[in-house]
Amino acid sequence: MSKLLDIKNLHVEVEGNKILKGLSLSMNRGEIHAIMGPNGSGKSTLANTLMGHPSYIVTEGEIFFNGQNILELAPDERAALGMFLAFQYPHEIPGVTLFNFLRTAVNSIRKKRTGEDIDKDRKKAASSMLQFSKKLTANMKLLGIDDSFSKRYVNEGFSGGEKKRAEVLQLAMLEPELAVLDETDSGLDIDALRIVSDGVNSIIKPGQSILLITHYQRLLDYIKPHFVHVLVDGRLVMSDGPELALKLEEKGYDWVRDQFFTQNLN
Amino acid sequence: MNTDVLEKNRKETYKEKYGFADKDSFVYRTQRGLSSDIVKEISGLKGEPAWMLDFRLKSLETFYKKPMPAFGGDLSKLNFDDIYYYIKPGERKGRTWDEVPEKVKNTFEKLGIPEAERKFLAGVEAQYDSESVYSSLKGQWEKLGVIFCSTDEALKNHPDILRKYFGTLIPPADNKFSALNSAVWSGGSFIYIPAGVHVDIPLQAYFRINSESAGQFERTLIIAEPGSFVHYVEGCTAPVYAVDALHSAVVEIIIKEGARVRYTTIQNWSDNVYNLVTKRAAAYKDATMEWVDGNIGSKLTMKYPAIYLMDKGAHGEVLSVAYASDGQHQDTGGKAIHYAPHTSSIITSKSISKGTGRASYRGLVKVYKGAKNVKSSVKCDALLLDDTARSDTYPKIEIDEEEVQIGHEATVSKVGEEQLFYLRSRGLSEEQATAMIVSGFIEPIVRELPMEYAVELNRLISMEMEGSVG
Repeated sequence: MSKLLDIKNLHVEVEGNKILKGLSLSMNRGEIHAIMGPNGSGKSTLANTLMGHPSYIVTEGEIFFNGQNILELAPDERAALGMFLAFQYPHEIPGVTLFNFLRTAVNSIRKKRTGEDIDKDRKKAASSMLQFSKKLTANMKLLGIDDSFSKRYVNEGFSGGEKKRAEVLQLAMLEPELAVLDETDSGLDIDALRIVSDGVNSIIKPGQSILLITHYQRLLDYIKPHFVHVLVDGRLVMSDGPELALKLEEKGYDWVRDQFFTQNLN
Repeated sequence: MNTDVLEKNRKETYKEKYGFADKDSFVYRTQRGLSSDIVKEISGLKGEPAWMLDFRLKSLETFYKKPMPAFGGDLSKLNFDDIYYYIKPGERKGRTWDEVPEKVKNTFEKLGIPEAERKFLAGVEAQYDSESVYSSLKGQWEKLGVIFCSTDEALKNHPDILRKYFGTLIPPADNKFSALNSAVWSGGSFIYIPAGVHVDIPLQAYFRINSESAGQFERTLIIAEPGSFVHYVEGCTAPVYAVDALHSAVVEIIIKEGARVRYTTIQNWSDNVYNLVTKRAAAYKDATMEWVDGNIGSKLTMKYPAIYLMDKGAHGEVLSVAYASDGQHQDTGGKAIHYAPHTSSIITSKSISKGTGRASYRGLVKVYKGAKNVKSSVKCDALLLDDTARSDTYPKIEIDEEEVQIGHEATVSKVGEEQLFYLRSRGLSEEQATAMIVSGFIEPIVRELPMEYAVELNRLISMEMEGSVG
């Protein structure tokens, strides 16, 4: 059986700047991987490239998802395959309620996966609307989100913590096979971090995989990874079990650089 | 995908849904072009009193004398000699739905009128070409003295009320197109709400141009007596024709002390129609006027619903949304003229343009000397769907009084790559994502619409946007 995610020798440019320089990574189903790295190492570039942001140009290498090369696919097609990105800076959509946004997203992904256009059949549309509402209510309860939240406009006037919780709610509703969390911990105080992390832990089902992208170790106290990788200057320079994160916290990214260069010199 | 193909698809979809045209359903029409003989013929066919014929003929003279507007859009291709000024669809007017000619009925059925009526409406006044063919009003309103009929009928059956107000707010000489309408008007709605009567279900009319080169010159007059309320809803869906068509309506609304009128329009003209409309309301002491105006389609729309704030406590609002697609120019906005102290107005305008489409906001806020403590705020927001789309703002503010509060705010935004990426990462196609951003943008207007119109407006805009990206 093929890997869930298989990134091979990935090179990516943004506005002519080479950011990723030969990154390779494999993930199996049900695994949680963390990618840690200092500012400017290419963490967000990796997240955006995985989801197909048009400004991130892949100049070399390949990305396979469930054995399928996805480089030519648009972001919505990747979403339909089961990929999800929780944004570091989620965008506002004025005038569109979170409820409508999520319902459109869920229906659109269903349509792409199964070819079924629920809105064309009144009976089905009504029953799917009911199911959707129930699931949304249940997930909001699980995440400790107030009922009124889904009636607010997407991310408009949300606090930092609310934005991140809204991302996790979307993750819960879309049930992807792979969730990429791009610096989900950034901008959160310790209480908000705990709420958001608990949310992720409570909605993740067995078989779902997570790629955590973070600068700090603290998120990994809450969401326990199976593997930790260190990203420096566009390449993964170190990979190990969860204990690597602690070592990194203690010794800093300079230690990684030293190690890496010593290795290379040898 | 090739944009020509997409554009063709879009047009065909439109044609399928709204562009159906019944063949030869009219029984009488005048010659093309305009002359005093044509005007006499129209008046004669309708069996009008002498004062109306006189009014029409004088208006025609005014029309000839008046210059074309020096602002707004390009009217150079509009040929007044190419237009039929009067078309009569059936011999007799239907009192009930059963009596309406089959062909006409089919057209309305395709537009979903009967169902809409059953569900939402107290009365239907639907204009098919230049004559009202069907009108009904629920008995309860008739008992209260509410009059809702075609303006032609009002001239026959309620001549005194009509004559008292007709042309008083928008005299023929106001502008070239009000003069034209005054000369050749036909159909439109007449509404009279007696003092203290609240009509709590919207009254609705559905207009439709159905003959090649047909002019549509409806004339609407609403009188709200003190303390009354009415919400009038008008929608237009024109079929597609190769020859340019002209729609030039006049709407006058008189709102007396403490009364409130809301006038909602959703217009969806095919892209060969010139839509040049004069709309004006006079709000007296403590009265409220609300224009809700949606403009989609047409080649050129020039429309600036106006409110004259006549006495203390009068309040006026204009909420308008315009969508300018390829080759279309929406020149729309609103006017608030404050004659009296302690009056207030709010103008909110939202425009969306795409491709070679152009949306202009044109507005006027005027405060006369002595009109102290006037409050007025204008907000216009433009959304551009791509790099070629165009948006302009022409806000005119004339204030002759110092003790006033006037606010003006304008924003232009573009559908951004990051916003699109965010939506697409959630499984929405580029079209869906753009449609969602647009629907959110116009949401403040849509939520003011009756439910079925909100659905219709969103559907029309999505249809306009099909194939807009790729």
